[in-house]
Amino acid sequence: MLDSALSVFRMGRNMARLMEGLGVTLEISLLAVALSILLGVPIGLLMASRSLLAKRSLRLYLEFIRVMPILVLLFLFYYTISKFWNVNLSAMTVSILVFTLWGTAEMGDLVRGAVTSLSRHQWDSGRALGLSETQVSFYVVIPQAARRLLPGVINLTTRMIKTTPFVYFINLPDLMKVGQQVVEVSGFRNPLASVWVYGFIFLIYFVICYPISVLSRRLERRWHN
Amino acid sequence: MLIGQEVLRIMDLEKSFGQRVVLKKLTLTVRQGEVLVVVGPSGCGKSTLLRCLNGLEPVNGGQIVFGGQYLTDPQTNWSQIRQRVGMVFQNYELCPHLTALENVLLGPVKVQKRKKTEAMAKAEHWLTRVDLWDRRDSYPRQLSGGQKQRVAIVRALAMDPEIMLFDEVTASLDPEMVREVLDVILNLAKEGLTMIVVTHEMAFARAVADRIIFMDDGRIVEDSAPEAFFRAPATERARRFLNVFHYDDIHAPNPAKAEPSKDANATKAEPSKDANAKAEPSKDAAKDAAEGLGPAKGGGAP
Ligand SMILES: Nc1ncnc2c1ncn2[C@@H]1O[C@H](COP(=O)(O)OP(=O)(O)OP(=O)(O)O)[C@@H](O)[C@H]1O
Ligand SMILES: [Mg+2]
Repeated sequence: MLDSALSVFRMGRNMARLMEGLGVTLEISLLAVALSILLGVPIGLLMASRSLLAKRSLRLYLEFIRVMPILVLLFLFYYTISKFWNVNLSAMTVSILVFTLWGTAEMGDLVRGAVTSLSRHQWDSGRALGLSETQVSFYVVIPQAARRLLPGVINLTTRMIKTTPFVYFINLPDLMKVGQQVVEVSGFRNPLASVWVYGFIFLIYFVICYPISVLSRRLERRWHN
Repeated sequence: MLIGQEVLRIMDLEKSFGQRVVLKKLTLTVRQGEVLVVVGPSGCGKSTLLRCLNGLEPVNGGQIVFGGQYLTDPQTNWSQIRQRVGMVFQNYELCPHLTALENVLLGPVKVQKRKKTEAMAKAEHWLTRVDLWDRRDSYPRQLSGGQKQRVAIVRALAMDPEIMLFDEVTASLDPEMVREVLDVILNLAKEGLTMIVVTHEMAFARAVADRIIFMDDGRIVEDSAPEAFFRAPATERARRFLNVFHYDDIHAPNPAKAEPSKDANATKAEPSKDANAKAEPSKDAAKDAAEGLGPAKGGGAP
């Protein structure tokens, strides 16, 4: 049994290729999640602002991203837009771009929710103590908003990581794509190859996502006490 | 009570929200050690007046002079002024992520940059006075409404303000918690802290006030001694306002007067019924009765 499993991973560059695939998955996830959080905060603050123009246009953007399947967006950017504008975007660039567009919209909505659910009175009471605007943000608003944001952000992060295999469709060799190729090549010599490879991939996704959700639960519990 | 020199002078203060004029050329002086109670129907501008005094609302006209300084000057350093003007809100507005003690330390440490030990000593002093020192490590959600409001009062006092503004601080409390908060305020008044109190608790107003300000529609309609105001209000408008707090006995023999008041404000009057029963004694009697400095029976555990 173990031999059969090991043989799959030992064969040729299988293990190295799977690791490269994991690298691609991690690169897209990490970059897109980081960019989404970074861009989502100001976008969310704009969505919560008084500017009607900002609010309406960002709402439109959010709704557009929400109704559009990720696959359609990937195709749109990879095949259509790059042809149309005659720019050559690599599959990697398109993937990060599309995932960031999606993540930013969702993150913006989360930030908007967290900020608007904080009552105006929290601002007032902080200011009434003599705290400056920056101090109120720092000591009063952000700690509370962060606590409200956390579950949503964790959920979004794991959702984004779990959605990365879609890049397969624009021929980016992520973990999933490489796994499938490995199974195809080794499959006729080792009938259990698919079990080992997909089992391995399952484990990797678990190892990435599970600690994130544990961490989030820990923080939530700590903040609750 | 020794009433000293002028602390705050408001002259022709005007404030609008868009087209709506909320304060109409309001003029008022507050002296050192004076307790001013502001009453008036909902929406007459009481909260707005207080919020103008510490710069939470920009004003549209007139002048505010505090300790000789013109607050209507656009150069006003509000952070510095707000350290000297304490404000307590209806809904406590404590920071939910900070303990009672951390809430109290926020101003002295972050705004006034005082030494931690000094701020701590002050916090202990005030929290002990309101019987909450042993609850210092509780988070706001672990405290009752009355306890939260006492922490909020201490949070403002910890900055050593020269004047305190109280905006309906008992309006969100269950009736049985009203007293413990009002007792704290009464004791502060007794010690000579200058304050402006907005309240719907008429019996408390009567007990604590040196002067009653009756506002209606953005104007000061009456400015009089509490006894005079409650016994014989000078204006018809004030009489009607006070009537709202009075219930006719439906069992009274006179059938014409049997209907309870149907005034829109009638709901607001509800809590004052109990307050009437509790706080009937005059200011000095009530102050003498309150032994020690904390609320009468402490808040205990929730
Ligand atoms: N931020 C605001 N924007 C627009 N209008 C406001 C704002 N704040 C208050 N107002 C209006 O100003 C008027 C005075 O409000 P204010 O809150 O000062 O009344 P109040 O006397 O404190 O009433 P209450 O007894 O109900 O607390 C009201 O008509 C209110 O609708
Ligand atoms: Mg009010």
